Amino acid sequence: MSILVDHDTRVLVQGFTGAQGTFHSRESLAYGTKIVGGVTPGRGGQTHLDLPVFDTVEQAQKELKADATVIFVPPPGAADAILEAIANEIRLIVCITEGIPVQDMVRVRAELARSQSLLIGPNCPGVITPDACKIGIMPGPIHRRGHVGIVSRSGTLTYEAVAQTTALGMGQSTSIGIGGDPIKGLDFTDVIEMFLADPETESMIMIGEIGGTSENDAAYLLQNSRVKKPVVALVAGITAPPGRRMGHAGAVVSGGNDSAKAKIEVLRGAGIHIAPTPAELGTTLQKVLRG
Amino acid sequence: MNIHEYQAKELLRSYGMPVPRGIVVQSPNEARDAAKSLGGSLFVIKAQIHAGGRGAGHFVGEPACSGVRLVRTADEAKAAAYEMLDRILVTRQTGPHGRVARKLYVEAGCAIDRELYFSMLIDRAERCIVIIASEAGGMSIEDVAEKMPEKIRKVAIDPLLGLADHQSRELATRLGLHGPQIHQFAEIVRSAWTAFTTLDASMIETNPLVVLKDGSLMALDAKMAFDDNGLFRHKNIQELRDPNEEDPREQEAARFGLSYVGLDGTIGCMVNGAGLAMATMDIIHEEGESPANFLDVGGGASKEKVSAAFRILLGDPRIEGVLVNIFGGIMRCDIIADAVISSCREVGLKVPLVVRLAGTRVEEGMTLIRNSGLDVIVATDLGDAARKIVAAVRARRIA
Repeated sequence: MSILVDHDTRVLVQGFTGAQGTFHSRESLAYGTKIVGGVTPGRGGQTHLDLPVFDTVEQAQKELKADATVIFVPPPGAADAILEAIANEIRLIVCITEGIPVQDMVRVRAELARSQSLLIGPNCPGVITPDACKIGIMPGPIHRRGHVGIVSRSGTLTYEAVAQTTALGMGQSTSIGIGGDPIKGLDFTDVIEMFLADPETESMIMIGEIGGTSENDAAYLLQNSRVKKPVVALVAGITAPPGRRMGHAGAVVSGGNDSAKAKIEVLRGAGIHIAPTPAELGTTLQKVLRG
Repeated sequence: MNIHEYQAKELLRSYGMPVPRGIVVQSPNEARDAAKSLGGSLFVIKAQIHAGGRGAGHFVGEPACSGVRLVRTADEAKAAAYEMLDRILVTRQTGPHGRVARKLYVEAGCAIDRELYFSMLIDRAERCIVIIASEAGGMSIEDVAEKMPEKIRKVAIDPLLGLADHQSRELATRLGLHGPQIHQFAEIVRSAWTAFTTLDASMIETNPLVVLKDGSLMALDAKMAFDDNGLFRHKNIQELRDPNEEDPREQEAARFGLSYVGLDGTIGCMVNGAGLAMATMDIIHEEGESPANFLDVGGGASKEKVSAAFRILLGDPRIEGVLVNIFGGIMRCDIIADAVISSCREVGLKVPLVVRLAGTRVEEGMTLIRNSGLDVIVATDLGDAARKIVAAVRARRIA
């Protein structure tokens, strides 16, 4: 078991023939992901990476019946690409694109709420179940199949958590970057609920950052959950000045309870172990697991 | 991206928002002429900086002179402008360094009966655009939220339905408006909504929105901010950018598509990924030193981008050391290493440099660094990197 994706997940690529789509599709195929084809409007009928290209998701789905789609479409068309995937009832939508206007995402969220689709991202590295399915841009070789569920708002910090748990021999069940935008698809609570229900996931690493209050929601969920699994958390941005956007569109301290310190207090209060530094995610979890 | 009050008012006026007549000026004589051409016997002169709290703020060295002045004649307008122009205004939002008032906005005064608060913004918890309004206008909304939270009204706008006018009318009655004011308020909300959604705004704030003695409504102040991600569709908004209001290092970084925020410390950081960049700042702090900046070179940075980042870092005179921390996903470590080496040779490395590379092509990158002949300290992981740069900076201080 794992969450969201496994060996059998059939993956479509939107923005298949572009530079990003091509590069990462090739990497994912090499990793063993079942990419079944792609969509690039205007290039239907061609083949790319020995796979079929379609003009629309509708056409692609008639033949491919994909379970998941990954979106590499540039910002002006990315929200529409998500809406297209929702309209065609794809179960899992992973949007890598950074820089989607936030009002576009407001509409996407509203449409998503009326559908059965799940969205990961945008502005995220994607999702990987090691040795089974990699959907996104994360470096494959640092992963190792194991029992730690990783969920993070930051791409490269996800890689830190992965590399550290791999080096310590713990490995990952599934690792998900939920993305750095203020309005996005799956949030901490959604993913943590899945990890709590997944028998393969024995512990979790959660990496938050400044801005918003979704880490606090996660703390509340974990505190009140009947299923208990050890969780180590990190909140990046203790030294970030208030009011400044730190790279991610969603990473800005705007009130009192969205600073790193405030979130760390809430998480600690809920019994979640805080990694003292980003270099100690793996060792902190190891200590917790050894009691 | 933020714009000035006068720019926000001109934009909102074009969408039908009632705002006072005003003229932007850059000299005392222009201020006098502006007052003459506006006419009347009351003028408001407002410093144009990208920060709020101007009325309660003061100019450096002039504690009695605030950023918003009321005058009666054109000559008084000229005298006030002389005291304000090109001086540093400090408000609760500018920080102690303040901002230079390079432009003033001269407006016709008006007779105020009541002050209200009105704003529109994107609420990330509600995941939609919301209206915030209050009968307690003219004061900071943060203060109202703290002292009289019952006086803050929030209305969520359905993303698929859009603004419904009945929401505005209901809000109007709750703010104590009546008669024709109900319709006028609804029109104001409609104009703000149209501007907000058409222009990819992230915030529109009018504080105060006033009820005049004649019973009509007017936005006495206006502030607008825009979603940086939406700017690509609005060339007209991009042109409103005021480079004087931005850190030159941040502008240089933006030219190369780098995400940079200047800070007060002495250790320069170059990192890929926003989260890792913040975490790198945090771990430097944890080791007892302070980061000079946040710098995310992005996922697929080219050699040119990395070189630009390096030049910006080393161009900062306060820098005592540099930490490069890259976890290559899309980013290849050999490209980073190559760019770091050539930048060091080009700019001349005078401070300690610690490089930590991980991920894609790390071996190739490390080999390039080791064979470069440069005095680079190599680190194996993030913790090691932070300890090494802090130790190197401190050793240099003693030497």
